[in-house]
Amino acid sequence: MKAIRAMVLVSGDPASIAQGAHEVYQRLQKEIKAFGLQDEISVSMITDVGRHDALPMVIVYPEAVIYGPVKPEDVHFLVEEHLYKGRIATRLVAPKKELSGRIAWLAARQGTLPAEQRIVLERVGLIDPDEIEEYIVHGGYEALGKALTQMTPNEVIEEITQAGLRGRGGAGFPTGLKWRFVAREKRTPKYVICNADESEPGTFKDRLILEGDPHNVIEAMVITGYAVGANEGYVYVRGEYKLAQARLRKAIAQAREMGFLGKDIFGSGFDFDITVHAGAGAYVCGEETALIESLEGKRGEPRIRPPYPTTHGLWGMPTVVNNVETLANVPAIIRHGAEWYRGFGTENSPGTKLYTILGNVNETGLIEVPMGITLREVITIYGQGMKNGAAFKMAQTGGSSGSIVPASLQDTPMDFDSYARAGVSLGSGALLICDENTCVVDLARVLMNFFRYESCGKCTPCRVGTERAHQILTRITEGRGTLADLERLEKLSQGMRQLSNCGLGQAAAVPLQSMLQHFRAEVEAHIKLHVCPAGSCPMSSRRVTTAA
Amino acid sequence: MPETLERVPMRDPLTDPEQKRIIDEILERNKNIPGATMVVLNELQSRIGYISPAMQAYVAQKLRIPLSELYGVLSFYSFFTMTPRGRHTVKFCMGTACYVAGAPQLIEKAQQILGIRLGETTPDWSITIEECRCVGACSQAPVVMIDDDIYGRVRPNKLPQLLRKYQRQ
Ligand SMILES: Cc1cc2nc3c(=O)[nH]c(=O)nc-3n(C[C@H](O)[C@H](O)[C@H](O)COP(=O)(O)O)c2cc1C
Ligand code: FES
Repeated sequence: MKAIRAMVLVSGDPASIAQGAHEVYQRLQKEIKAFGLQDEISVSMITDVGRHDALPMVIVYPEAVIYGPVKPEDVHFLVEEHLYKGRIATRLVAPKKELSGRIAWLAARQGTLPAEQRIVLERVGLIDPDEIEEYIVHGGYEALGKALTQMTPNEVIEEITQAGLRGRGGAGFPTGLKWRFVAREKRTPKYVICNADESEPGTFKDRLILEGDPHNVIEAMVITGYAVGANEGYVYVRGEYKLAQARLRKAIAQAREMGFLGKDIFGSGFDFDITVHAGAGAYVCGEETALIESLEGKRGEPRIRPPYPTTHGLWGMPTVVNNVETLANVPAIIRHGAEWYRGFGTENSPGTKLYTILGNVNETGLIEVPMGITLREVITIYGQGMKNGAAFKMAQTGGSSGSIVPASLQDTPMDFDSYARAGVSLGSGALLICDENTCVVDLARVLMNFFRYESCGKCTPCRVGTERAHQILTRITEGRGTLADLERLEKLSQGMRQLSNCGLGQAAAVPLQSMLQHFRAEVEAHIKLHVCPAGSCPMSSRRVTTAA
Repeated sequence: MPETLERVPMRDPLTDPEQKRIIDEILERNKNIPGATMVVLNELQSRIGYISPAMQAYVAQKLRIPLSELYGVLSFYSFFTMTPRGRHTVKFCMGTACYVAGAPQLIEKAQQILGIRLGETTPDWSITIEECRCVGACSQAPVVMIDDDIYGRVRPNKLPQLLRKYQRQ
């Protein structure tokens, strides 16, 4: 790699691009060349800087000065002042704002928020994802070398087991155990699948990992393959994630060229290669057995389990399926050891977790925090408090399939076990924070609408249940519900939970149950008084006048 | 199944030598790969723009799978379409954040302006409208995606202008 003295990042999230980030990027390249600085300064577009108030932004490291909004015509001045003369171009500096949970601000904020830890996002936003050298300079492929040359497959599995890594795809299944199940199978070939079909509304953590640090996931997959005895890997990427697909393909080609993929990696005699497979727009394909069906070229309908993919996966062979975020933890664990990893998070859920914060808070964005942080901390520290000083009412975790977490649980540590004990789930890592003006029935109705649309239709409880539940919820929001409807919902949710073929139908029942358990009075107010206490359902104004 | 091919309608991609060449090239590249159906369909969708009934029969025959199976896969995934699209595709995000922020009203408005329903194309082939899933730009809700461009915080009164711009292009 060239010795660069400064690095310039341009925000490349959709909103920035809409406001001319591409032009700014091109102008930067041109101007840097014009000043003859092209060999000492690197310019990259990054995915999301997590801040949306002054786009497009340009960040200059090592000083970590944040400029924004930068227009193409400002670029000449910026380059001349900061990069050529070395003075900060004060006129263009973005308005001051405490930055929370941002990707690009690592250097700028080190130490300002002690709770924030970066393992998964360590390099995201700091390196150019299209350059394998930058990844290597930052410790990349070290873990692979260590695993392949100094550890046996069994030792790799043992390290992951000791680290206590649990699946980040929603279920929290111990990763080491999953790998062991596959490793002990005698039949070959075996497969490693990276589940990158992230489709929960509001969740985009996996996309940012893939776009910002694709080599991390590739390295993890090779290590996984070595541990379980697989020589082939697939990344199933959501169809809409075109940039992630392109970055992955490029990264795979670079890794092949450098010998990190292909035959006889690190002279260890171990072969591994990876294929990128694009999805085609079906939420249910994130479910691991549906994903496997889809990889086989079929309709993405979930299989009946057991048997599990660990014994009968792709083409009926033993298969590991892991989420992107889960895999992104692996190289760091191998590099630093299980002991180090256990230093983060809680006893039963070590490590960190990525969350996308959305909704009625002052700051939205992606954060990586240790397991066991509480909702209250997330809202006050990272979300910078509720918008307009409103009261926190509930949070919807995990996009659609998570639970509705009432305010009474805002001091419960967010880790797999504490949440399970409280009867809620962490889900996929989206946190939709709702204030007192959000109606729980309306929220449930919106969620149900999603499931209704995405149900694959294979099993009846899910196909019909989501449709019926949506009708009933709509009825209640319009003030036409009856108390018998509540019983129907209760029955429906039980049926969906117990009888659905896959997690989609089971997950669809969760918000219903949380609603009935924690917010029954509010639901009953809709029915008995024809009033929406939050004042958001359409019937509220109309009915109140007749009642009064 | 080969009989179907004799009834290939006019203006089907199969009757256009250039497009036929693309189709054959995609099939040739994927012919002996197990489970290639989806890969082939994905490529056809992005290079040809849709997968006509005649193409379905042709692909099924070449991949040596029953037409019913191919149709099953095709109809399952929302990316694949069986009718041609307009020059521009306007997608309305119906993810939770956008739904709450008023996506349904936007769709209603678009349908009124263009005189077509979701999934349809304007008679001049300029615009196809459809809904889509969360595109990961929730902080900009409601979001409208036109081809590969993302428009955030779209208000119904701004929509006519936006659509007209693309209709003219
Ligand atoms: C309806 C449904 C959708 C799912 N979507 C995803 C997804 O988008 N990404 C993901 O990693 N896991 C998803 N899962 C979970 C996977 O089935 C599987 O548990 C996970 O990929 C295992 O990886 P992990 O052990 O690393 O968490 C989904 C499950 C269900 C039931
Ligand atoms: S809900 Fe529309 S972008 Fe996420």
